[in-house]
Amino acid sequence: MARRGRRTAAQTAIDKKVIDRITEQARDVYNRIRRLKKPELSFPIRSLSNVRYDVRKGYFEIGRARKSRTLTVGTVRTFAQTLRMMALSKELVETNDFATKRDAYYQSKNWEEARFDAQEESDAVMDDIEALFSTSGLNREHLRFYPEEKGGDIAGRLTVIDRDWETGKKIRIDCTAFGSGAYSVPSSVEHLEFETKAKFILVIETGGMFQRLAAHKFWRRANCILVSMGGVPTRACRRFLRRLSEEKKIPVYAFVDCDPYGIANIYRSLKVGSGNAAHISRFFSVPAARFLGVTPQDIVDYKLPTHPLKDVDIKRAKDALKNDPFFLHHKPWQRALELLLKMGVRAEQQALAKWGLNYVMEEYLPRKLKNPKAFLP
Amino acid sequence: MATRQREISVAEFFTKNRHLLGFDNPKKALLTTVKEAVDNALDACEEGGILPEVFVEITPEGQDRFKVVIEDNGPGIVKSQIPRIFGKLLYGSKFHRLKQSRGQQGIGISAAAMYGQLTTGTSCRIISRTGPKRPAHYFEIHIDTKRNAPEVVKDEVVEWNREHGTRVEIHLEGIFQRGRRSIEEYLEQVLIANPHVTLHYKAPDGQEMYRKRATEILPIEAAEIKPHPHGIELGLLMQMLKATRARNLKGFLTTEFARVGPTIAETICANAKLPPTARPSRIARQEADALYRAVRKTKIPRPPTNCLSPIGEELMLAGLKRVAGKAEFSTAVSRNPAVYRGNPFLVEAALAWGVEGRDADSPADLVRFANRVPLQYQQAGCAITKAVVGLNWRAYGLTHPRTALPQGPLVIAVHIASAWVPFTSESKEAIASYPEILKEIRLALQECGRRLGIHIRKKARIADAEKKRSYIQTYIPQVALALQQILSLSEASTKKATRNLTTILEKSRKF
Repeated sequence: MARRGRRTAAQTAIDKKVIDRITEQARDVYNRIRRLKKPELSFPIRSLSNVRYDVRKGYFEIGRARKSRTLTVGTVRTFAQTLRMMALSKELVETNDFATKRDAYYQSKNWEEARFDAQEESDAVMDDIEALFSTSGLNREHLRFYPEEKGGDIAGRLTVIDRDWETGKKIRIDCTAFGSGAYSVPSSVEHLEFETKAKFILVIETGGMFQRLAAHKFWRRANCILVSMGGVPTRACRRFLRRLSEEKKIPVYAFVDCDPYGIANIYRSLKVGSGNAAHISRFFSVPAARFLGVTPQDIVDYKLPTHPLKDVDIKRAKDALKNDPFFLHHKPWQRALELLLKMGVRAEQQALAKWGLNYVMEEYLPRKLKNPKAFLP
Repeated sequence: MATRQREISVAEFFTKNRHLLGFDNPKKALLTTVKEAVDNALDACEEGGILPEVFVEITPEGQDRFKVVIEDNGPGIVKSQIPRIFGKLLYGSKFHRLKQSRGQQGIGISAAAMYGQLTTGTSCRIISRTGPKRPAHYFEIHIDTKRNAPEVVKDEVVEWNREHGTRVEIHLEGIFQRGRRSIEEYLEQVLIANPHVTLHYKAPDGQEMYRKRATEILPIEAAEIKPHPHGIELGLLMQMLKATRARNLKGFLTTEFARVGPTIAETICANAKLPPTARPSRIARQEADALYRAVRKTKIPRPPTNCLSPIGEELMLAGLKRVAGKAEFSTAVSRNPAVYRGNPFLVEAALAWGVEGRDADSPADLVRFANRVPLQYQQAGCAITKAVVGLNWRAYGLTHPRTALPQGPLVIAVHIASAWVPFTSESKEAIASYPEILKEIRLALQECGRRLGIHIRKKARIADAEKKRSYIQTYIPQVALALQQILSLSEASTKKATRNLTTILEKSRKF
């Protein structure tokens, strides 16, 4: 951690906030100890019961319910570990460094009796701390704990401005210039800046569909940015989309498989966040997202080849209709899911290849993009 | 066919069915022989009001043959009775009375003698003397198995250095083994339930054991009682009606049964719609059934309980200590008498926990007694085992697999005393599961269990407190260290925080 990087002004402000909040929490604990009172830390409760769908903001928000962890004999170990983890975060900010979840776990091996015995323990403590500071508008990346996995692939009309970690010098990355490859979103995107004139961002579920569209430079024809999610988008990918769409005010169109997983998991998580991680949706949700396809109606309109819905699919769809605040709020979605259940089938993005390999960019997407207002919310 | 029908003697029957009497295999035969003779010796001594001193000697006599000698200092047997006691099956003083004693049926010792005769051809030899001024009689008795009758082979007066007592010598085929269900184990268990006994034992391999009595007090002599009307069955009632000397029904009821006075006798007669003046022998033939039903219907006080002689909580504990050795915790419970089928009985239980040298995850040792006699075989079929297995020992902090004995460094002893112990077979190895008996055993064990639970929980609390202290000492410095890192505290402030935290946590009760 000897290497010190340079930071931007915005970064410096956030770093100061992190240090202030950590110091505040610690001082709170310390003051109680001085007065011989039991110290406590209070965390937002992370469960569906403490989540609501904020329509105006456009994402799931964690409620006000808190649980406080009072220092007792039984909690003293976790209590010590939580404080040491906060000390580590402060140190990382001060030295302008970062640690992955696994790094943090190994760092703890240096903490004598407070060390973690397994990474699940350190991950849980990290999640607690993230929830604790999320109420101050800070996320895990701000605390300098970076996820292990990288973001996702980007191709199209976008220039990303990154910084040299050591010198702080700007690096301009042109996302049209990766040939048959793609720009890969880094695991932390807080420091990135963007330049773009694209009209929209097309986020794609499968790598196969992304490759086809990127290789045939669909982004040039449609003046857009292509993003490959590869299933449920990672934190970095979601944060990247959120910042890009918010700062440059461009819409995000989701293009995923037509099945309850693609709709209720991938798209719903991308747009509003997930139930058990609602404390981070204020950073990671992409409220600007709209659902381009494949819709249940597309199965009918384009006579797509289908597979029968599996039991888990049916359960997932029924669950969404019954319990999910997002689907409960949007009538069009309820109709779409009901149609899907009635047909009892699902269809993949690649099913469009029935009409020819390039049918998707020559017919399907252009026809859809003519009327974005018709997209599902 | 008719010409081939003929009477079977009891002796013949048991020759073929020796397993019913505990002679199923050579190892068990040797044990059963010792057991029957020791039971008789102790019964005799206690009836004579003498503190028992018993000698057991087993001498090898070639391949798988042994000479078993059991000698006691009891009151001796009158000369005329000796042949029949040892040479006739189902002959005894204990069957026709209701009194707590080890023997009940009059089979045991004569069966052992018969087994010896059958396997070695040698007659049973007895010396008995009833007092210092009386001669000592020496008998050799052969059993005529066809007639179930003794044949006296030798009958002479001999010199004997004992003032009174009995010496039985039986030669038999057997196998001698140490360990579980051995003669040693049996004798050790005899000592638990009979702390007033002094024992000398010489094993066939020459090893000797001597245990002096732990108390000089004889158990309270159990009184003999009459049968309780509620315990009687129709057949027996008819038999009694026929045999009674009473001249009328009322007299029969009041003299032959316990707890029946003139008032109750009249109520019974009224319920049976029989005149109190009716002749018992007539009723035996005609209205016995009505009388039987009337008896069942009539409320009669519980049978007297002075026919029971419990070991007592204190002596149960002392006895348990003699076998279990050092234990961290032990307790005993003596229940009040209860009744099954008109027979008074009483349950006593004791347990020792944290017994030294015993494994924490092996099943508990269960020692069963009926009228102070250890039961060694057929553990699974016994009411005591059933009650122990059926109890929820987990409630008392023990590990307890659902269908087995509880686990732990645990020895459990249960004693049932009754004027008539309901054994499941003549070999007296297991007690029948009458609901009343099961219930009493359960209640006794529950009380012991509760006391054990208190002990175990207290121990756990102490261990918890210990853990708490070490927890505090381990993690408090880490809390202080983290605060020091974040707030750049001075060494002095950090130390103060550590001290304060220790105080806060030691006061806190929550774990």
